[in-house]
Parts: sequence; C-alpha cells; structure tokens
Amino acid sequence: MQTLRLMLLTKEPPLADSKLSEATPAEATETVTEHTVEHGTTTGISNNKLLMWAFLGSECLLFGALISTYLLYKERFNDFAANLAPFEQDGRNIGPRFGGEDGEGVFDIPFTSISSFILLGSSLTMVLALSAIRRSEYRSFRIWTLTTAALGSVFIAGQIYEFTEFVEKGLGYSTNIFGSAFFTLTGFHGVHVSIGIVMLLATYIMHKQGRLNSDKAETVEIVGLYWHFVDVVWILIFTIVYLFPQ
Amino acid sequence: MAITEDRPLALEAGAVTKVAARPLGALTRPQSDVGWASWFTTVDHKKIGIMYGVGSLFFFLFGGVEALMIRIQLAAPDGQFLSESLYNQVFTMHGVTMVFLVIMPMAAAFANYLLPLQVGARDVAFPRLNAFSFWCWLAGAIFLNTSWFLGGAPAGGWFAYAPNTSVTFAPGSGMDFYAIGLQIVGIASLVSAINLIVTVLNMRAPGMSLLKMPVLTWMLLVTQFLLLFAVPVITIALFLLTFDRSFGANFFNVEQGGSPLLWQHLFWIFGHPEVYILILPAFGIISEVIPTFSRKPIFGYPFMVGSGIAIGFMGWGVWAHHMFVSGVGEISVAAFSLSTMFIAVPTGVKILNWLATMWGGRLRFNTPMLFACGVIAMFTIGGLSGVTHAVAPSDTQQTDTYYIVAHFHYVIFGGSLLGMFSGFYFWWPKVFGYKLSEKWGKINFWLMLIGFNMTFGPMHVLGLQGMARRHQSYAKEDGFGFWNGIVSAGAFVIAFGTLAFLINIWLSARSAKRNPVEVGPDPWDARSLEWSTASPTPVHNFDVEPTVEFQDDWWHRKWGENEEGKIVRKAYPADIAQDGSATDVHLPSPSYWPLVLSLSLPVIGYSVIYTFWLMIPAGALFLAGFLGWALEPADDPEAAHGHADHGHDDDHDADASADAADEGASVG
Ligand code: HEM
Ligand SMILES: [Cu+2]
Repeated sequence: MQTLRLMLLTKEPPLADSKLSEATPAEATETVTEHTVEHGTTTGISNNKLLMWAFLGSECLLFGALISTYLLYKERFNDFAANLAPFEQDGRNIGPRFGGEDGEGVFDIPFTSISSFILLGSSLTMVLALSAIRRSEYRSFRIWTLTTAALGSVFIAGQIYEFTEFVEKGLGYSTNIFGSAFFTLTGFHGVHVSIGIVMLLATYIMHKQGRLNSDKAETVEIVGLYWHFVDVVWILIFTIVYLFPQ
Repeated sequence: MAITEDRPLALEAGAVTKVAARPLGALTRPQSDVGWASWFTTVDHKKIGIMYGVGSLFFFLFGGVEALMIRIQLAAPDGQFLSESLYNQVFTMHGVTMVFLVIMPMAAAFANYLLPLQVGARDVAFPRLNAFSFWCWLAGAIFLNTSWFLGGAPAGGWFAYAPNTSVTFAPGSGMDFYAIGLQIVGIASLVSAINLIVTVLNMRAPGMSLLKMPVLTWMLLVTQFLLLFAVPVITIALFLLTFDRSFGANFFNVEQGGSPLLWQHLFWIFGHPEVYILILPAFGIISEVIPTFSRKPIFGYPFMVGSGIAIGFMGWGVWAHHMFVSGVGEISVAAFSLSTMFIAVPTGVKILNWLATMWGGRLRFNTPMLFACGVIAMFTIGGLSGVTHAVAPSDTQQTDTYYIVAHFHYVIFGGSLLGMFSGFYFWWPKVFGYKLSEKWGKINFWLMLIGFNMTFGPMHVLGLQGMARRHQSYAKEDGFGFWNGIVSAGAFVIAFGTLAFLINIWLSARSAKRNPVEVGPDPWDARSLEWSTASPTPVHNFDVEPTVEFQDDWWHRKWGENEEGKIVRKAYPADIAQDGSATDVHLPSPSYWPLVLSLSLPVIGYSVIYTFWLMIPAGALFLAGFLGWALEPADDPEAAHGHADHGHDDDHDADASADAADEGASVG
C-alpha cells in the first residue's frame, strides 16, 4: 500500500476534463433526489414490466422474420404453382389460390374471421380482468381471467380444426413452400397464444392461493401486455395471410 | 490547496452480510455460498461472470487447436494432414466456436461481472435468469461439440448457407447439431440480454444518469440491444433449417420454389449486427483502460457514446455487403456499398477519440494498456480492409478469398480478442485480489501481437493472389507455398502467446498464495465505481449503495481542482474506498433450478435428431426445472416475517409471474 501511495504521489496529476467539473453541486443533488423518489428502480418502471417490454421488442423481430418469409414465399408460390405443368400437380400446387378439389384455395374466410373476432374479444376481457383486480373486485377478476383463457382456447381449437381441414384438402406441412410457410407462421402464433393461456391460468391459480391481489395487479398487467401483443400480431397475420392471399 | 468538498469522500461500512435462505413452502433453497457445490447453484453475478470467463477460455483452447489443425494442413502444398471431409468440419467448428463459444461468452463474462458494479448495483435484475443463461450457454456449447463423436461435426461453414446445408447436400446430423446447438446458445444470449438491459436501465445508483455511465457500460448496453433484436432473426433462420431437415419443410427446397437467398438474408441480418456484438464490448473495455493509463478522462465522452449508439443503429443497414456476389441486384449492391462506407465513420470517430485521450496524457504502458494500443492499431488495419470490400467491384474480386479471412481476423482477433485480454489484465486484481505478472504479461502481449501479424498479415497477399478460402489444399504450381508457411508458423507463435497467458495465471496465482501482496481496492488509480469497493469484490459488492455526482465519480473522489485550476489529490483509494466489511445485506439465495431447466434443452435437441422418445426425459426435466423455479420460496425480507401466504407490498417477489421472476438483491 505504501509503495502504491508513493508511486501515485510522484506522478504529476492528470488533466481535468473541464466539462465534467462544471456540474455544480446543486444540479447534482437534484438528479439524486429525482432518482431516489421513484420507487426503487431508476426508470420508475418495475423490473418485471421492463423485462416484458424488452422481450416483446425481441418478439417483434421474431414475427418480423417469419412474416417476411411468408410474404416472400407467397409470391414465389403463386408464380411457381401457376407454371406447374398439369401432370406435375399431384397436390403440390394447393395453396391460397390454386388447387383443392374444386380449384378453390384452402382458406375458409368466414370461419377464420369468427375465430379472429373471438381472439380480439379476449383482449377486451383481459382489460376487464385487469381493471377488476385493480379495484379489488376479485369475483369479476376471476370471471374475466377465465373468460380470457377460454376465448384463447376457443381460438386454438379453431386453429387445430383449420389445420386438420387443410391437411384433409391435401395441404400438408411438406406439400409445398406455401404449406411450410403457412403452418410455420400460424403455428408459431398458436404456440404464443397457448403460452399466454398458461400464464393466465397461472395468475388465476396464484390468486386462488392468495398470492395475487390488488397490490400485485401489475402482474396481471404484464400478462396483459403479452396477451395484447399476441393479439396485435394476429391482426397482422390475418390481414396478410387470409385477407390478401394473392 | 483548498478543495471544497461538501460530501464525505469516504464510503461507509457496516455489519455482517448474510445470504438469505429460508425453508419455506414445499421446496427449500440451497444455502451454501462457498465450496465447489456452490458454483452449481450460485446466482451471484460475479461467480457467473467468472464461470463465463473460464468457459470461454476453455473453448478458446478448443478453437485454437482447431485453428492449428487447419494451419498444419495448409502449411505446405498438397497437405495430407486432414481429409477433405474432416477439413470442412474443422474450419466450420473453428469459426462457430470462436464466435459463439469464445468471444460472445467472454464478453458476457465482463458484462456479468462489471455491469452491476459499474452502475452501483448489488446484482443483476434477475439473478436466477442470469444463472440460467450461463448454464444454457454451456449446455448448448457441449451439445454442439458432442457432434464430433456422433457421426461428425457440422461442415457447412460458420454461416451455414442453405440449401448447401439441407439434407440432400449435408446428410448426417452435423448440421442438426449446428442448428439446434446455436438455438440453445441463442436462448442464453437473449435471456441474458434482457436481464442486463433491465439491470442497466433500472438499477443504477442514485445520481447515475445515463450520461454519467462509464463508456464500457454504454457499449455493453448497446451490445445487449443488438442481441435483443438480432438473436430472434437467427432463431427463425435456424428453426426454418431444422424444420426443413427434420420435419420435411420446403423453405430451402429449390425444386419446390424455395429461395436460396432467404437463408443468406436472414443470416446476415443477424450476422452483421453480430460483428458489432463481438467488437463493442472490446471497444468499451479499452475505453476504460486508455483513460486510466493516460491519466486523463476519456476524450469526447458524448461522441464516444454517440458513435457507439450510431454503430448500433447503422449496423442494421449493411448486411447485404456479405452478398455482393449473390445476385441481389444492382440497386441493392449500390445501396449497401454506400451504407457500408458510412458505417466506417463512427468507427473512425472512436479511434480518433482514443488517440486524443492518449495525446498529452501521462502514459503508463502496463500490460492492459499494451493490449489496448494493440487493439487500436490492429483494428484500424481491419477497418481499412473492410472499407476496401465495401467497394462492390473490388469485393467481387476479394470475396471468398483469404483477403476476407485477413479482414475479419484483424477486427475480431486484433480488435475483440486483444481487447478482452486487455480487460483480463486490467480487472484481474479486482476479481481475484492479485495482479497478473507484468513480465509474463509482456511476453504474452508481444508473442500474440507478432504471431498475429505473421498469421493474418500475409493472408492479405494470399487473398489478392487469388487463394480461395475453405479449400482443403492447394497445388505447388499455385505458388501459395511461401506465405502459407509463414502463416502457419505465425499460428504457432500465437499458440505460444496463449501458453504464456496460462503460465502467467498459474505463476501469479501461486506467488499470490505464497506471499500475498495487498493490491488494495484501486491498484491502477482507475475511474469507475467497481474500484471503490474492496478487491476481490465482496459478495454484496457495496457496503452502502454508492451515490454518484459526476461521470467518473470515483475519480472525482480522489482528485480535485485547487484554486489555480490544477488537479490535485484529495484522497487515497485505501482511505476512502468501502472496505467490504458489509452491512446486513440480503442477497438472493442460490437455486438448483436454473441448472435443471437448462439441462432439458440439449435433451430436447437429441430428441429432435434421434428419437421422439427422448422427449419424455426432456419434458420431465423441463417441468421439474420450471415448477421448481416457480414454486421455490422467494427470498425477500418481507417473506421472512411469515406472511409469505399473502401478497407482500414490496417489489421483490420471486413468483410474481412464472416467466418474470424478479429476485433483485435488496437491502434489509
Ligand atoms: C470499418 C468497419 C467494417 C467494414 C466497412 C466491414 C466490411 C466488411 C465487408 C464488406 C465484408 C464482406 C466481404 C465479403 O465477404 O466479400 C466483411 C466481412 C466480414 N467482416 Fe467486416 N467490416 C467492418 C468491421 C468488422 C468488424 C468490427 C467485425 C467483427 C468484429 C467484422 C467481421 C467480419 C466478418 C466475420 C466477415 C466475414 C464473414 C464471412 O464471410 O465469414 N467486420 N466486412
Ligand atoms: Cu458485415
């Protein structure tokens, strides 16, 4: 230690950065109080919520990559299928526009529209669940949480039904690039909805155990963030995949 | 000298620190934080950082041996050392290892150890998630390398262009190991990125506004944001590849209209941000080292931070410069050529700022500083050759030759790796309580620098002579023999440099044990908060949460201006640093579950490759890890008082949500 001190003493002191020493103590104290007031975290947003926001930011790129892939392959599939010689067709050209027994595409727009509205409706019930727990109205919180999970499950059931229908019509996962791109994109979304349902049921169970009450409403808010995000992604997918299949 | 100081310079100290651990609920948490077993359950960011460091050095030796094998094969014309097939596996695994299993985890070692300390926090925001990231990375790394024994390693190059990597052209399971292994490693990066972003944004000490954060903190933060947005893109690319290979999808099936460019785009949209993920941490490290050893504040702090952020943004707009010869179209080529030239500007700003920091400073050339200077010089060369292939017509000649290999080694080895070595020497006393030997440090540095230039300098020449990369051998008539001989000799010089580093660790550790020398809290007269606490860092980091007034606050506690505007010493580190004797700090309890949960991932991987039945043990592990994690008792101070059954009114509840387990360290 002694040698270190000697070493430091014999050297001439470093130059100052004038800018840095300009800050007056008064300014500095202001920032200090500003930061300590906000309950515990620097930004004032809780760690859990910030985690969810960061995660959803990442998810945007995940779905962005998937949707881009789908868009690219929708184009290529249409060109590809149009150019297939009839004897080559053996199911390969079944897609949104071509193929199927009667030359129609595979999509059943009315059916998927209904299940889309069901999923959108679940965003509303999610909001109701959050506002209920914030106001300590636990009975309606339980009802709306379970309703949200139920609506999500109906959507998933619809998706499973739709997938089996498509396979029956001849569009399997390996049939052509449309099949691969379609099932991958919607499948990824379906997995996200399913995880959301698990999260909703977990909040319900935690509430039942007495571990989640109005003071923890933020947990429900965070689950809600995820749920709304997944819904918004579905609006995109529904528009891109079903409404504009050409 | 009259220095006005209206705050106490010394930092306070207090009573004993305990790791909180209470048997509550169905599961208890492990208690010990000492002994070998504690490493498996630790959630301490410092231990996790050390494990990342050890892991990355281990794989550095692995990747190094692979490099030597390549160089033995190419040392002379018509090499016979490796067969074609083995050669492909070795160069592929060399690249994959160095990028994903060496540089990235080494940066994670610094990020884990230093970020909480530099922002004045006691741990990261989510300690268990942090442990999970590490185990997940290790599981993925081992999984990837088991391919050597299971029918052959991946052989499609580190960028694995599909459809070359589809089942038709790459039968065998090597590429499956690649796709799934990187997927697992990617999960680790993503989780850790989210964790560290929350830590830096949310857990800064009072007074530490964003523009008072050290440059290293800033660069690591930008890196985490790049990871946050880049990892999901390669995740999708890898999924598509796995789906093609394992489930018969058609994404890269050209016969069915699949596009061969799809993979290239997805990979490089990840891949170019990835190169900044590799270099920015090293930029941050030398931005701490250079001011310290120049005894000056960093020159142009706002420009340093700003250029880092600019690189973070611009890095997204240049990816197709890797695809100039892939047929992306003239307009794309022109646009990406321009954007690539522009991205050299913020990089140049950084180089000028480091030089300006050194200019007129009182320079000390200790080993960390030597390595930092090495980075500036070598990275500049690599940056310049980068600009030469930003020019598309010129790149058409250079691409896929050794000229490219020279470029990226100058930036990655000469930039990232030398930067991390600078960091090793710099923070070693903080982490282990003793300095590495200067003598061996200098041997280490010069061997590495000379070996490096012998190895990669001549590759520029070879590339311009037309030697293609990734070819197993060349003929005598090609005339590449001379320079290849030098290159291979250089590779062995690097190997000796690495050996010198290991000898240094061994000798320094031994002599520190035999006759311990007190290094003190701040042996280099450094600037950021980690130097204001004892060395080695105590478990709880800070006895008392630091309060920050200035950028480089710790330096301002030691030095001040007198009336004549001269800089004079106000205090000595040993007198004002926290002594680590600690207060009654509640630290998060260790946990088994991050390890258990991460173990399920490679089993899932084997299951996709071999048999679906393995999903049963994988699922069991996953469920055990997941439920154990969710159900294990929280360790917040409130719960200790017996009302764990009700909600508690503080923020620290470990099971607020199954995915969002917050167990930030809290002061009791
Ligand atoms: C001044 C900034 C830089 C410029 C202008 C630049 C430019 C380029 C260009 C145009 C290529 C493509 C060459 C080709 O394949 O034909 C390339 C390749 C590469 N660059 Fe850079 N680069 C820069 C900095 C970096 C940095 C900082 C890193 C990493 C730390 C890096 C790593 C790589 C790698 C790994 C490759 C080769 C990938 C492969 O083909 O395997 N570059 N660079
Ligand atoms: Cu690039």
